[in-house]
Amino acid sequence: MRISSFFYTLKQGVISIFRNKWFSLASIATISACLFLFGLFYAVIANFQNIVQTAEEGVSVTVFFDEGISEDRIVEIGNMIQKRTAVSKVVYVSADEAWNSFKDEYLGEYSDGFTENPLADSANYEIYLNDVSQQADLVTYLESIDGVREVNKSEVTANTLSGVNKLIGYVSVGIIAILLAVSVFLISNTVTIGISVRKEEIEIMKYIGATDFFVRAPFVVEGIIIGLFGSALPLVIIFFVYNNVVDYVATKFQILNSILQFLPVQTIFATLTPVSIAMGVGIGFIGSFITVRKHLRV
Amino acid sequence: MLRTKDNTKKRVDKKGKKTTTSNEIIRLEDVSKSYSTGAPALNGVNLQIKKGEFVFIVGDSGSGKSTLIKLLLRELTPTEGRITVNGTDVEKLKRRKVPKFRRNMGVVFQDFRLLKDRNVYENVAFAQRIIQVPTREIRKNVPSILSTVGLAGKYKAKPKQLSGGEQQRVALARALINKPPILLADEPTGNLDPKNSWDIMKLLEQINLNGTTVLVVTHNREIVNAMQKRVITMKKGVIVSDEEKGGYIDED
Repeated sequence: MRISSFFYTLKQGVISIFRNKWFSLASIATISACLFLFGLFYAVIANFQNIVQTAEEGVSVTVFFDEGISEDRIVEIGNMIQKRTAVSKVVYVSADEAWNSFKDEYLGEYSDGFTENPLADSANYEIYLNDVSQQADLVTYLESIDGVREVNKSEVTANTLSGVNKLIGYVSVGIIAILLAVSVFLISNTVTIGISVRKEEIEIMKYIGATDFFVRAPFVVEGIIIGLFGSALPLVIIFFVYNNVVDYVATKFQILNSILQFLPVQTIFATLTPVSIAMGVGIGFIGSFITVRKHLRV
Repeated sequence: MLRTKDNTKKRVDKKGKKTTTSNEIIRLEDVSKSYSTGAPALNGVNLQIKKGEFVFIVGDSGSGKSTLIKLLLRELTPTEGRITVNGTDVEKLKRRKVPKFRRNMGVVFQDFRLLKDRNVYENVAFAQRIIQVPTREIRKNVPSILSTVGLAGKYKAKPKQLSGGEQQRVALARALINKPPILLADEPTGNLDPKNSWDIMKLLEQINLNGTTVLVVTHNREIVNAMQKRVITMKKGVIVSDEEKGGYIDED
């Protein structure tokens, strides 16, 4: 393609956006509406997942050892546990550490009366998991290790969390599918209305001997630009709305602050921006490409 | 009976081909076109047009004129028979190659078919853009062809602001700017008053004198009779007469 043809194509694409301003506006609005819903939904899901993940990371299994176990054996057990794929982190808590933390947490200044460590046998491993759903398997394994006296776990938390995780997964897939179906429907409608005006134009071009590529290129440029605007608009809106909503929830529902850890807007946008723009451009590209194709057979 | 007749015709055509290919630009051999419903639009049409000829194709609606034009433009493909345009066998043409093929022909329609949102200059320039002529050259070529058709002063006007005659001149300029060997005009004067019709015809004649093969589909009896060119008359999908310096044949 010659440079002059390239600029001509670009120029025609831009001109025709303005020439058909109502059609362009309708298309931008349609894409915006879909991507706005998508963005909103993504922000909610991302936060949900973050909350669940934070909670998951806090779930630990505690392993206590038999009385009089050797230091070597404890290290050995530690290595064995570390090798499991489900395990993300193993922390050794000595008897003194266990006592100190218990003291600080529950006794405070009343701990002065204890001269000896009442938790002498409470040295343990705190084990953190990658995936809460594997807790049950891990516990069975841990209980089978020689030298392990007791394994403490929180069955309820683990089950709930992995359940919530699954639910979020299903809901995400469902909502994304519905959103996609709705956008395809809306966009094909908008494009069909817009294209009837262009049908004649395409026909004329083809009669004169324009190649499909030459006819299509300005339409595709137009579609991509519309897609860009259609994705930029909801991003801007969500950017401002997000912070306000987070602030609002944080002040209005202070009770929830301990469990609701909102993601910063930057984290959300690091993913949302490229995905939204790609979707907008993709919708614009595919929409114009397919619709023009229908009319190219002249 | 019919079959033998056809066969003899074919043989003659094939014989003739050898001697005439060099200056033949359009050739139809036993071309038929049927649509899914009704009688065939074209039925065993044989036709040769030489380079530099000026030919009228006349006939009532339903005679197959429009189908003929569509076949030549490769908008349709024949159900039977063979069409050759400027050395290209239309049947064998791949879809991808159709645009290039169409550049052999400048086309003018009854309803002008200008790009409505673009001004006169852009409408004419468009034909050059699709063959990737550099902008620099387009700037030279467009004004020159516009003055040929007598529209030099109106290059900024939109089609809506022009009269029918002027719009047809723009269409003509667009058809001619790439200097195609063939000009197809489908009822070019159908929407014009007598004066404008004559002006357009004079232009077509001028173009023909410069070496372009001109094919005019029309039912403008006066013009056909006055111009004394080759006239091909069609009726119900067949050629009923083909005369040098012919006239418009009346019904019955």
